[in-house]
Amino acid sequence: MTGDALVELEGVTKRFQRGSGAAVTAVDDVTLSVRRGEVLAVIGYSGAGKSTLVRLVNALELPTSGTVRVAGQDVTRLGEKELRAARAGIGMIFQQFNLLSSRTVAGNVAYPLKVAGVGRAERDRRTAELLDFVGLLDRAHAHPEQLSGGQKQRVGIARALATSPPLLLADEATSALDPETTEEVLTLLKRVNTELGVTVMLITHEMEAVRRVADRVAVMEGGRVVELGDVYDVFTAPQTAAAQRFVRSATHDRPSPEALARLREHHPGRLVTVRVTDRPRLQQTVDAAFRDAGTGAELVFGGVGEIRERRAGSLTYELTGDDAAVRRALGALRDQGVVVEEEE
Amino acid sequence: MTVGFFDGFLGSTDVFVRAIGQTLFIVSIAMVVSGLVGLVMGVALYATRPGNLFANRLVFGVLGLLVNVIRPIPFVIFLLAVGPLQSLVVGTTIGTEAVTFAIAIAAGFAVARIVEQSLVGVDPGVVEAARAMGASRAAILFGVVVREGLGPLVLGYTFIFVGIVDMSAQAGLVGGGGLGDYAIQYGSQRYDWGVVYAALVAIVAIVVLGQFLGNRLARAVMRR
Repeated sequence: MTGDALVELEGVTKRFQRGSGAAVTAVDDVTLSVRRGEVLAVIGYSGAGKSTLVRLVNALELPTSGTVRVAGQDVTRLGEKELRAARAGIGMIFQQFNLLSSRTVAGNVAYPLKVAGVGRAERDRRTAELLDFVGLLDRAHAHPEQLSGGQKQRVGIARALATSPPLLLADEATSALDPETTEEVLTLLKRVNTELGVTVMLITHEMEAVRRVADRVAVMEGGRVVELGDVYDVFTAPQTAAAQRFVRSATHDRPSPEALARLREHHPGRLVTVRVTDRPRLQQTVDAAFRDAGTGAELVFGGVGEIRERRAGSLTYELTGDDAAVRRALGALRDQGVVVEEEE
Repeated sequence: MTVGFFDGFLGSTDVFVRAIGQTLFIVSIAMVVSGLVGLVMGVALYATRPGNLFANRLVFGVLGLLVNVIRPIPFVIFLLAVGPLQSLVVGTTIGTEAVTFAIAIAAGFAVARIVEQSLVGVDPGVVEAARAMGASRAAILFGVVVREGLGPLVLGYTFIFVGIVDMSAQAGLVGGGGLGDYAIQYGSQRYDWGVVYAALVAIVAIVVLGQFLGNRLARAVMRR
């Protein structure tokens, strides 16, 4: 494990006993670390085990086996008092916000400070500072039910940051929000990371959220982490079927099966898709390969944009010419490290 | 002797006023005592439930059994059965004090269940959030759970108030004093329906007023 890891999960398994029935393995032998200062997204469909995984980090759940270290401390072996101190260093926000309805906005933000034994004056000062950071200083005396969903989550973020934790766990923090509000909350989470230097572990099922804020992404399926990498790499070269599905959900530069069928009606040639990365002179390389092989190429589908501020995308061509020419073109591209796939 | 419809009632205004006073005494003491006893038992029931903050099978089982057995006993029978305990604590089995004691105990078990149900209704997500903040179990129980459940708790307590007024009237059967006793002794036994209806109006007024205050309080607590 790298020395700069803030969270280190090693061989962690969590099984739940459901009544008298068989045990359900929610998290299955996961080894994963969250580096200091990064935003690590954990993506998966519901039931993939990601919400259980994040609860192992602040010991809301204890693993059946394996170790969980946060800032070098094994949180699975702490006594109640030490665990409470450790949790003050780990903020958490939730899908349903989980605000205290019996307290005001300011009361919610101040509550973790009260729990930590911070004095009244310092509590008030810190609460105002945090509400200012999330842009809700004017709603300090409102009650949670008077706020919109996005505002509630901003209060949740302010509350989670009250004790200045180096780590923030976000469990489906934008899943109950509409797209516009999601954008607003994601932007705030990114600010928490860049401006305050807080390490974020973001649990989500939305690849768009990963694209917007994460540095790295772990893809979970059936309790296991099946793929882990930089967001750019996973977006431009997803290795597993699960990762490919998530990438397709957030990008629209690959033709869907329906679009492919329509393309075939008008384009009888071979359809091939070239993956666009930020490698220099990519288009010149592609053009040269097609030209040298003697195949005609018509651009029929695709898109190029940015992932993590780097060029990324996908272009689908209809190649015309004999089979040997097409094979030569694809071979030449692959020899130069260009990822190209034939559409089936 | 011919008696007018309201003659008996008007002739005993001071008895009527004294009966109202006794009812208010019984009800208010029983409310306070059962409220405290029930709050403690109800919070204990919630907290010791398996999987909860202070999970304890034994305490939860014993308390649950006690509440389940005692709560459904018809009050008139409970009142008779609690006699030996009355003698021990109050020193007598008749009169207003003895009756108040019995009502407070009976109502306490009902309050316990209502407190437990109010707390069970508190969003577990809020409890999880408090745990994630590093709050102690006691702080979560009182600072979060009881506080979040206060609205339904006050409403439930108001509901109990009606039951206590009901029990205070039934206690009239054993000479416990109050409006029930008054309605029997001065009313029905003398065929003086004016007295009975006067008692009825007074009881209704007490119940309506109590419910009004309870609902107002619950609204203030819930701020909705």
